[in-house]
Amino acid sequence: MEKIKVIVGLGSCGIAAGAKKVFDKIKDIQKTENLEFELKKTSCIGMCYREPLVEVIDETGSFMYGEIDEDKAAEIIEKHLKKNEPIKDYVVKADTFKTIDNTFIDDQVKITLRNCGYIDPENIEEYEARDGYRAIKKIAGQSVSRLDVIQTIINSGLRGRGGGGFPTGLKWKFANNNKAEDKYIICNADEGDPGAFMDRSVLEGDPHSVVEGMIIGAYAIEATDGVIYCRAEYPLAIKRLEIAIDQARKKGYLGKNVLGIHGFNFDIYIKEGAGAFVCGEETALIASVEGERGMPRKRPPFPAASGLWKQPTNINNVETLANIPWIIINSAQAYSKYGTEKSKGTKVFALAGKIKRSGLAEVPMGMTIRDVIFKIGGGIQNDKKFKAVQMGGPSGGCIPEHLLDTIVDYDSVNATGAIMGSGGMVVMDEETCMIDVAKFFLDFTQKESCGKCTFCRVGTKRMLEILTRITEGEGEEGDIERLEELAYQIKDSSLCGLGQTAPNPVLTTIKYFRHEYEAHIYDKKCPAKVCKKLLTYEVDPEKCTGCTVCAINCPTDAIDGSRKEVHFIRQDDCIQCGSCFTKCKFDAIKVF
Amino acid sequence: MRITRLNTDIIEIEQEKADLSSIDPLIEKYRNKKGNMIPILQGIQEIFGYIPRDAFEKVSNETGLELSDMYGVATFYSQFRLNPIGKIIIKVCHGTACHVQNANAITDAIQDALKVNDGETTEDGLFTLESVACLGCCSLAPVMMIGDETYGKLTGDKAVKIIRGIKRQETN
Repeated sequence: MEKIKVIVGLGSCGIAAGAKKVFDKIKDIQKTENLEFELKKTSCIGMCYREPLVEVIDETGSFMYGEIDEDKAAEIIEKHLKKNEPIKDYVVKADTFKTIDNTFIDDQVKITLRNCGYIDPENIEEYEARDGYRAIKKIAGQSVSRLDVIQTIINSGLRGRGGGGFPTGLKWKFANNNKAEDKYIICNADEGDPGAFMDRSVLEGDPHSVVEGMIIGAYAIEATDGVIYCRAEYPLAIKRLEIAIDQARKKGYLGKNVLGIHGFNFDIYIKEGAGAFVCGEETALIASVEGERGMPRKRPPFPAASGLWKQPTNINNVETLANIPWIIINSAQAYSKYGTEKSKGTKVFALAGKIKRSGLAEVPMGMTIRDVIFKIGGGIQNDKKFKAVQMGGPSGGCIPEHLLDTIVDYDSVNATGAIMGSGGMVVMDEETCMIDVAKFFLDFTQKESCGKCTFCRVGTKRMLEILTRITEGEGEEGDIERLEELAYQIKDSSLCGLGQTAPNPVLTTIKYFRHEYEAHIYDKKCPAKVCKKLLTYEVDPEKCTGCTVCAINCPTDAIDGSRKEVHFIRQDDCIQCGSCFTKCKFDAIKVF
Repeated sequence: MRITRLNTDIIEIEQEKADLSSIDPLIEKYRNKKGNMIPILQGIQEIFGYIPRDAFEKVSNETGLELSDMYGVATFYSQFRLNPIGKIIIKVCHGTACHVQNANAITDAIQDALKVNDGETTEDGLFTLESVACLGCCSLAPVMMIGDETYGKLTGDKAVKIIRGIKRQETN
């Protein structure tokens, strides 16, 4: 009989939720009680909302246990492992029966994430056991020509998953056309969108798929060196990449004459980004790899002609590269059978915000945003009302409820004014103020603007000032128009994607939530009750017990009342700090 | 111009003379390598927790990298610090997911409790408070990271309680 396997998900989010403690506990019990089972690690499986996750695989199949703490882990060992009685109440996913979480899983198609949560990312053999490095072996074994590899990727319809959506095969073709002694392939792993974590999960969960994708790309364009530009904020991803590259070298997937392909010498090294959102832009990334300030350069020349160290350079995103080996093994047709006419394959989304099931979901292109949020994501937390979903991060926009049936593909999402971006979906409910959200993103892009183009550097600052004024009750007639005017000027006059898209969050919120702007400017009210300066706090005499906590905590002594008597807030002295509201234990402070 | 700014920026805080011999291997490792500036600066920060002024000068003297270029790079990227930091760094996540789950309240509460502003270090040198763009644990929002430990699903009170607990441990 095969040994029972116990697998603990140890991605960044799992560890943050306490998975390391659970792993140690299981290890501890195994040791002290001398139990026969195989204890293994894996990475994020995508069900972040159920972390920590522990999977038990016995002869009847797999049982994924969710929200496991140390006590529950001990219980699982006691019942499932020792007595062979699975604890169904804790199971979130199983081979033999359905759970409420099946709606999260059933409509997903896992290509990019095919190995995430299934293999130990630090073990190359486990990757190989699931078709790993078979794609490059196929190329080497059947002597597939460079142009045939490129043609396969063109036929698959794969488009850049970093946000731009440029056809990957074509990009490779351009790089292949430019002949040079040294050529580079760069993996852009500088995932800077606040609220997106797809790339991190792939790097942590399946680093070899990215390495293999790069090797295939390098073969196709005849690159000599590979660089993975990864943000320093992802220490676990960097560690696992280092292990993966080292293992690949030892197995001969990297180095001189890779897999016996004569003259194909290729190696990869990691460059740690130092924290600058603009480095997601290709030319800025190249400047950063060269050790300079990450400021974008003028194009043309495009990187395919003159990139890193002025040599032909091809840059692909993590998710794009992770798809490559799958396409080579399974054919272009197998990939392009998913998706819409112009957007093929699948896309990974990071679901976050006020959604019930935060996590990673990989869906075929063409699914509606509604299905992603309500079917897979389970709807809105606490069953509140949906207001908008933000797609594309600081370069994207907010999609309102009436456009929820928009399908997920590059062109349809662009038509709403948002962008597909790298795949962040941050869901907002009735308690989110759209002006505050626009301000949040602009604050981000304004700080991250590299300062090269005047319109981006100064324009975003002016827009932020106007938005700040509006949220503080100082909005004036004409502000909306001023914002729009500035927005279009910035879009038209910026060199790189950061500036060209920075106004999008403002433009989409004006387009779909103009009434909220007007409420702030003309009525001096924040309908979502977020902008503090626009709120009025009052004591509910029915609920007030006269405990005096609010009065004690009020920084301006604006609350009158003696013990056991109903208190009263003097509006003239109130600075809307909200301290009474947060401190009151009886829900007696009302906000208008 | 930039070099004078370098002076004023750093002089504000009395810096202890750091022992710079520890960066010798780093300089050796990257000497004459293309694109070496960022890895050198990252290495120095790894050793000292920030980049001491003297280190800039030493690297410049020994490698020929321009002081102005190095300062330009060090101030461009958010990772680099020019001032010493506290023993423990509190990173409060202000990514989108954390923002809509009210991360501002977490920063406010910590600022109140520790009597520091964002980016500053407490008087006793124990804590430095930082806002960061995204820690990638969006499902646990709002989140903060102290050392290697991540704390999720916070409220202002919870965050302050955790920090007080750490302070007790550290001062006992």
